[in-house]
Amino acid sequence: MRRGFALAALCLALAGCDRIVGNDGPVRDVSGLVRDLHFTMTDENGRVVHADDFRGAPVLLYFGYIHCPDVCPTTLARLSEAARKAAPKGLRIVFVTVDPARDTTRQLAEYVHAFGPRVKGLRSNEDELEDLARRYRVSYSRAKPDARGEYEVTHSSGVFAFDAEGRARLLILPGASTGDIESAMRRLANAAA
Amino acid sequence: MPQALRDAVAFLVPWELSPLAFVLCVGGVAAYAAGLRRMPRAERPSRWRSAAYFTGFGLVWLVMQTRFDYYAQHMFFLHRIAHLVLHHLGAFLIALSNPVAVLGYGLPRALTQRVLVPLWRRPGMRIAVRMIQNVWVAPVIFVGLIFFWLTPAIHFVAMLSPDVYWVMNWSMFLDGLLFWALVLDPRGPGEAWAGFGARIWMLVLAMPPQIVLGAYIALSGVELFDVYGLCGRAWDMSAATDQTIGGLVTWIPAAMMHVIGALIVISRWIHADRGRPAPHAPALAHGAGD
Repeated sequence: MRRGFALAALCLALAGCDRIVGNDGPVRDVSGLVRDLHFTMTDENGRVVHADDFRGAPVLLYFGYIHCPDVCPTTLARLSEAARKAAPKGLRIVFVTVDPARDTTRQLAEYVHAFGPRVKGLRSNEDELEDLARRYRVSYSRAKPDARGEYEVTHSSGVFAFDAEGRARLLILPGASTGDIESAMRRLANAAA
Repeated sequence: MPQALRDAVAFLVPWELSPLAFVLCVGGVAAYAAGLRRMPRAERPSRWRSAAYFTGFGLVWLVMQTRFDYYAQHMFFLHRIAHLVLHHLGAFLIALSNPVAVLGYGLPRALTQRVLVPLWRRPGMRIAVRMIQNVWVAPVIFVGLIFFWLTPAIHFVAMLSPDVYWVMNWSMFLDGLLFWALVLDPRGPGEAWAGFGARIWMLVLAMPPQIVLGAYIALSGVELFDVYGLCGRAWDMSAATDQTIGGLVTWIPAAMMHVIGALIVISRWIHADRGRPAPHAPALAHGAGD
């Protein structure tokens, strides 16, 4: 059994070899590692949406919150700029709020519209959010509120990229330049073709 | 429900329920408890041995099947503590309790007679086990697995893919059981697969690489495992602090377990040399027989 186990581990390691050797840049291949796109949430217009509604074009999935001081707006701006230049038709940038208690649907609509038409804002209840966090192995935690009730939220910084069939393909690191993201988007378009 | 109780319940709910972990941990504990009841009083192991068994499985359950697992997925140093439990502490305690005789009484007869014994009697199986449970091979696998899963690119894959994560944790636990069962075998020279000197040698051989690796991680100053930042840390802690504590966990308590193991082997060696059996050895040797 021990040998079978070692063999299984070896097979897994070999199968993932191309994702191990040289997979250390600002955009990493996560095909076969991260699960397919799957969720049910409410969008910025208050409509219930499913991952299936996004099939047919690549999706970039990013977790953040509206009150985020710097990382979230920078990331979204960079993603939408790259999308404007290089994205295949229909590519969507999906912003999931990890602070649904504070981020209302209306605020979410105002927020995502500021980043252009490709950005969708999604909101869910705490249980659904936890399921999503478990699925993509991301975390978020709220710090203690200050005297004015403001608080910061620690959350993931990577952007998960899915192809048109909803399969996970790439993980874009926060250090990626607009150019890196553009070439990642072209790769996604080719993966879908 | 008061908040504290609600939090406790939330903590105990498995983050990702694993049927295998459930069968192995709950089944292992239930079979042991049943075995203790059925065993003749004279053969029963001492209380501290039973306590070691239950504590070992309890710790393994805690790191694999509670919310601790969520935190271990998102904090490097907690991941290192989880592996310390799976590979060193939990496996060590279970091996120290030498549960084979008790489990022989407790496991369902159909399972032992129809599955375990025939499996054990297959020649290929024995050769494979002998090959792994070898004085030279066992410490190399023991240390090799630690290095393998801590190779940054492999660690990245293991922390992102639920399947690889699962293989990683189980490989650590099973290897820990094999290694410590070999080192803490209660049988004396002639019967056991490794002599006392060889066991101390294995412990000594496996220790320096872990110290070097732990120290390297703790003191490197470069972020080696960026997957935790990408997926988000469980709470606000800097990557450098997380990695330093993680390195220290890989380094100090792990080495300590080897020292404790060596002290136990030395004390058994002294007992054996004086011509009297080590405490509890006869019943255990009988139970562990082929």
